[in-house]
Amino acid sequence: MNNVFVYCEIEGTTVAEVSQELLTKGRKLADELGVQLHAIVAGTGIKGKVEDQILPYGVDKLFVFDGEGLFPYTSAPHTDILVGLFKQEQPQICLMGATVIGRDLGPRVSSSLTSGLTADCTQLEIGPYTDNRSGKTYENLLYQIRPAFGGNIVATIVNPDHRPQMATVRSGVMKKALYEGKAAGEVVYPVVSEYVSPEAYVVKVLDHHVEAAKHNLKGASIVVSGGYGMGGREGFDMLFELSKVLHAEVGASRAAVDAGFCDHDRQIGQTGVTVHPKVYIACGISGQIQHIAGMQDSGIIISINTDPDAPINKIADYVITGPVEEVVPKLIKYYKQNSK
Amino acid sequence: MKLKIVVLAKQVPDTRNVGKDAMTAEGTVNRAALPAIFNPDDLLALEQALRLKEQNPGSTVGILTMGPPRAGEIIRQGLYRGADTGWLLTDRLFAGADTLATSYALATAIKKIGGVDLVIGGRQAIDGDTAQVGPQVAQKLGLNQVTYAEEIKVEDGVATVRRHIDGGAETVEVPLPALITVNGSAAPCRPQNAKLVMKYKRASCPMERPAEVPYAELYEERPYLTLNQWSVADVDGDPSQCGLAGSPTKVKSVQNIVFQAKECKHLTASDADIEGMVKELLDEKIIG
Repeated sequence: MNNVFVYCEIEGTTVAEVSQELLTKGRKLADELGVQLHAIVAGTGIKGKVEDQILPYGVDKLFVFDGEGLFPYTSAPHTDILVGLFKQEQPQICLMGATVIGRDLGPRVSSSLTSGLTADCTQLEIGPYTDNRSGKTYENLLYQIRPAFGGNIVATIVNPDHRPQMATVRSGVMKKALYEGKAAGEVVYPVVSEYVSPEAYVVKVLDHHVEAAKHNLKGASIVVSGGYGMGGREGFDMLFELSKVLHAEVGASRAAVDAGFCDHDRQIGQTGVTVHPKVYIACGISGQIQHIAGMQDSGIIISINTDPDAPINKIADYVITGPVEEVVPKLIKYYKQNSK
Repeated sequence: MKLKIVVLAKQVPDTRNVGKDAMTAEGTVNRAALPAIFNPDDLLALEQALRLKEQNPGSTVGILTMGPPRAGEIIRQGLYRGADTGWLLTDRLFAGADTLATSYALATAIKKIGGVDLVIGGRQAIDGDTAQVGPQVAQKLGLNQVTYAEEIKVEDGVATVRRHIDGGAETVEVPLPALITVNGSAAPCRPQNAKLVMKYKRASCPMERPAEVPYAELYEERPYLTLNQWSVADVDGDPSQCGLAGSPTKVKSVQNIVFQAKECKHLTASDADIEGMVKELLDEKIIG
């Protein structure tokens, strides 16, 4: 009872990285609260194929729902599973990815259980809360911290009275790490038909098509990122050259993507990918809040901009004031000269 | 097949163009400084509804919105583009609603409207970016749901929906009645039609009108100029499930974003500066 639950999302028999990131975070929250971490996964033909992708993140108990019609995901069967299981298990916290699936499933489950759900959290913490109206104090609530109003403010949301406290988190926001402690690692295989009625399989997936990601932006230790100041596709060619030399990946700001300089799947920011590389090289990026939200936790930030007052310079470790088309070739040249 | 379609639409502050005066000194949002617009994804939902209306003669499209009286503007903008009617949910009891209380209010209104085949909304609103209200309304009404739609076709009571998924696309079939949310990648909405603007420009909800109603006789002559305005009582709503009272989530605190200036090195584009930095990063094994 009152444990922390993570809903694990799958593509075929592969567990999504965002789910592993949330298991890592969920483990920390469970440790802090002194409760167990439980995980749920639902799919077709997954028994024996997904457990090893989930248990090493410190899961005490894993519920595997394996049955026809559970993959590709549709709303109703997965909702029935979560609602049924949660009525039984009474979790205090439920986390899921702020993905297409999580954003379809989370609200449906929260509405069924009349529990609060906060989308796209960027931080999750445990703390007390005092309700100003009733004066009542609550201990150990989940602080669901998220940007709002297009990233212009950060709000801390709590669900004082309703359980589970539900939150979605985007891919890449939390860091995944194998659990070094000891978790129970129990696996159970509930009977799907005890949770899902035959009428739930009403939506038919006629065609399901997913392409593998073309890059590893999220996992890159160095990111070279370009903004509107790159001027065009040619400007980005130069960044690809630099990234090849540095073994980096290329990212872009929303302005650069909107202008067509770079593909959408490389967008970094609140509405794109969140990265935390060792080194982030921002080229011709002014630093809108929405962009900074996706890269502010980078180790070393280098900003190259002709504008000495670009907002991104405030969070940079190195500010190079000058034209990118001059600075980037010099970076390439001096890196080649000085590295072994 | 004739379809009765309800489009969920929200009037939102335009957070895409936030100026310096948009935040107060205390770090709260100065809504007055942001223009109020038709939520962009909801306009795409309206376009899908209007296309279905054209493909299925005899169908109707109504705009359902919740907000202060001035949100009646959203219904007018819908009428200008080809919607047939609209409903404004407005009541102090609806105020302060989170997504769950909002979905409760919208669901009660859809029940009140009755006989709805298809509810279409935008995937999310730009002031909250939660994408929660659509699925929550669907759950409350027991409707089948499809989110992230890019194109909707209806035949023999079944909708075929092309939808966006992470890293790909999907086509699904869903029997009506259903609720569908439309993704930002769907077709843009048609512009306003000049004739319809002329017809509906004086359309308003009673609460939007000043005490001394101008053109009072016009409203008597043309009942379609009086838009539906519903309170909690009008939709047989339970006040404890509406507004702030019906919201499980509470805002603990709100913080304006202020960047803390770090200690940093200022360099120029000179060869010496760049080479110096590259050597420093290599020496400290940060790169290489």
